Amino acid sequence: MLGLNKRDFLLLLVVSAMAALTPFLFQPFAETSPLAQFNGGYPDLMAKVAIFGIFAMGFNILFGLTGYLSFGHAAFLGVGSYAAVWMFKLLSLNIFPALILAILVSGLFSVVIGYISLRRTGIYFSILTLAMAEMSYRLAYSVLTPLTNGETGLQVRPTDPRILDRNSSANYPNLFGLELSDSYQLSLGNHVFTFNVGFYVCAVFFVIAFYLSLRIFRSPFGMMLRAIKSNQTRMNYTGLNPRPYALAAFVISGMYAGLAGGLLAVMDPLAGAERMVWTASGEVVIMTILGGAGTLLGPVLGAGVIKYLENIFSKINENVLEGWFHFLPEVVREPVVWFFARFTGEGWALTLGLLFMLVVIFLPGGLMQGGQKLVGLFRRKKKSGDDATTHSTPAE
Amino acid sequence: MGILEVKDVNKRFGGLQALKDVNLSVRENTVHAIIGPNGAGKSTLLNCLVGKLIPDTGSVLFEGQSVLGRKPHEINQMGISRVFQTPEIFGDLSVLENVLIPVFARRDGAFRLHAFETVANESELIEQADAILTDVNMIDKRHAHAASLSRGDKRRLEMAMCLVQNPKLLLLDEPTAGMARANTNATIDLLKEVHEQRDITMVIIEHDMHVVFSLAQRITVLAQGTPLVEDTPENIKGHPKVKEAYLGETQQV
Ligand SMILES: Nc1ncnc2c1ncn2[C@@H]1O[C@H](COP(=O)(O)OP(=O)(O)OP(=O)(O)O)[C@@H](O)[C@H]1O
Ligand SMILES: [Mg+2]
Repeated sequence: MLGLNKRDFLLLLVVSAMAALTPFLFQPFAETSPLAQFNGGYPDLMAKVAIFGIFAMGFNILFGLTGYLSFGHAAFLGVGSYAAVWMFKLLSLNIFPALILAILVSGLFSVVIGYISLRRTGIYFSILTLAMAEMSYRLAYSVLTPLTNGETGLQVRPTDPRILDRNSSANYPNLFGLELSDSYQLSLGNHVFTFNVGFYVCAVFFVIAFYLSLRIFRSPFGMMLRAIKSNQTRMNYTGLNPRPYALAAFVISGMYAGLAGGLLAVMDPLAGAERMVWTASGEVVIMTILGGAGTLLGPVLGAGVIKYLENIFSKINENVLEGWFHFLPEVVREPVVWFFARFTGEGWALTLGLLFMLVVIFLPGGLMQGGQKLVGLFRRKKKSGDDATTHSTPAE
Repeated sequence: MGILEVKDVNKRFGGLQALKDVNLSVRENTVHAIIGPNGAGKSTLLNCLVGKLIPDTGSVLFEGQSVLGRKPHEINQMGISRVFQTPEIFGDLSVLENVLIPVFARRDGAFRLHAFETVANESELIEQADAILTDVNMIDKRHAHAASLSRGDKRRLEMAMCLVQNPKLLLLDEPTAGMARANTNATIDLLKEVHEQRDITMVIIEHDMHVVFSLAQRITVLAQGTPLVEDTPENIKGHPKVKEAYLGETQQV
């Protein structure tokens, strides 16, 4: 169905269902419960997970399949955001023109950067992409300020031309009149479930992006990309030209990044150059590797884990820690709180660094490999259990 | 004129003259062996044929067209396939995928954006791949990870990848090195069969004289970058110069 075999179709169904049921699945704790802070921060956080999931998924098509490690992908995210906001300013607050332009412009931009960077492989490729993203970032603050509005960032203003919907009263991005900030609430007992338009827009694009990535993974094109990673020499002597394949993967992943950038602007119509800074490019690398590069779900998982933990850990400040450790005598409490405060709140990056280190050292295949190991362990146990019973039967 | 014409080729690596005035003519539908001691320049000669190296002087014509200055994938699309001395396969892919890639390359050319087709739906191509895997006796390993194969199996896989392209000229650089005796014999049979059924011209570099004399119709002896003699296997066996340069020191015929 949909060009997928049974297993993949099932996978797509599960992913779609999880996206659709997010308001239920990721809000397990009632609003009044003390554990409410561990809820999946809906809708903002969950929309962010979907958006960065798209970003990482696209990055994975390049890095996971071809092995080309780009350190400049945030540039395409930033360009997508700028393009979307310009569409809001010039044309209308409808999200479709904005997202279409975001994808097109970042696609074109990645053709240029990809064409230049792909003349080299390995570390030189990475450095070229890093350099070009950094150049874009600097240009956004200097020469290109008429386009980017410099440090203030690009915003939607009442004075904008907005040729198509000048007369409408809307002042927030909308889906044919349905404002993205609108929500519908459903209360069930203690729980209040919110259905947010913006989140569902992101979720729909997320599912489409996942479907396309699934198709690419199963296609001859995807197989060629894995061949590039495996052995370019053999590819050449098999009559294939690896360069256009790698460029196509680069552009596709650039367009995914552009869509993600566009969606960020759709959720919050503001674009700033800080989205293109090199640490932002590093973040998507970490997401992909943490989850499992080259796997279908890994990058999404990585994006989810990082965005979720970031949300939780940044909320835990010294006051919260004091609350947790109030049972300790003061002499002990103060150093303990001080210690944990290094890893939470502002210090969240330190926790992320440690987590990343542990995963890379013990699970080089990422969290997906961890999951597979667990499943394998479980299966083996079950199997040896079965063996034991079959062995014992004849003895009886 | 032969299908492959090498004229006055010289190749120098720094102070080392790896190929010196090499002339070689390979006639269509023959198996032409190149033998010679280690470091004679045999692999270097093949590198000049497939675009890996460009000779300093001289010309290389395949079917009357020059291959010099063309990219490796263009030369392959002209009909030249090569099995390398150290197997070049797609280690991260399955055995079946390894063979499928050349099948796709033959159908679609050097590049095609087939991002929304599905590999599993190409039953005709998969059949072709399975057929060649059956020929090289590896069908039971079609889902194995190519990197996990033994060295001999890697060679047979690489050979399958070249054969499935149905090349006009097949270059084999020590195809049986690292193989068990039984597999060597199976490889000889396979190459014989392929040669007879599909009219593939072959250039084979081999140290194992059993393989050379079972397959070759012409033999060129290369020593220190220059062809010493070129003749039929019968004449080569008794040739004093050859014995001196090669056979005597490394191999008992
Ligand atoms: N890329 C290179 N750069 C420098 N020297 C090279 C290069 N390739 C080969 N040589 C040298 O050229 C000479 C011929 O090497 P070549 O690999 O062609 O020998 P061969 O006949 O294939 O030997 P073998 O039987 O060991 O495979 C050797 O002395 C080798 O060291
Ligand atoms: Mg050699």
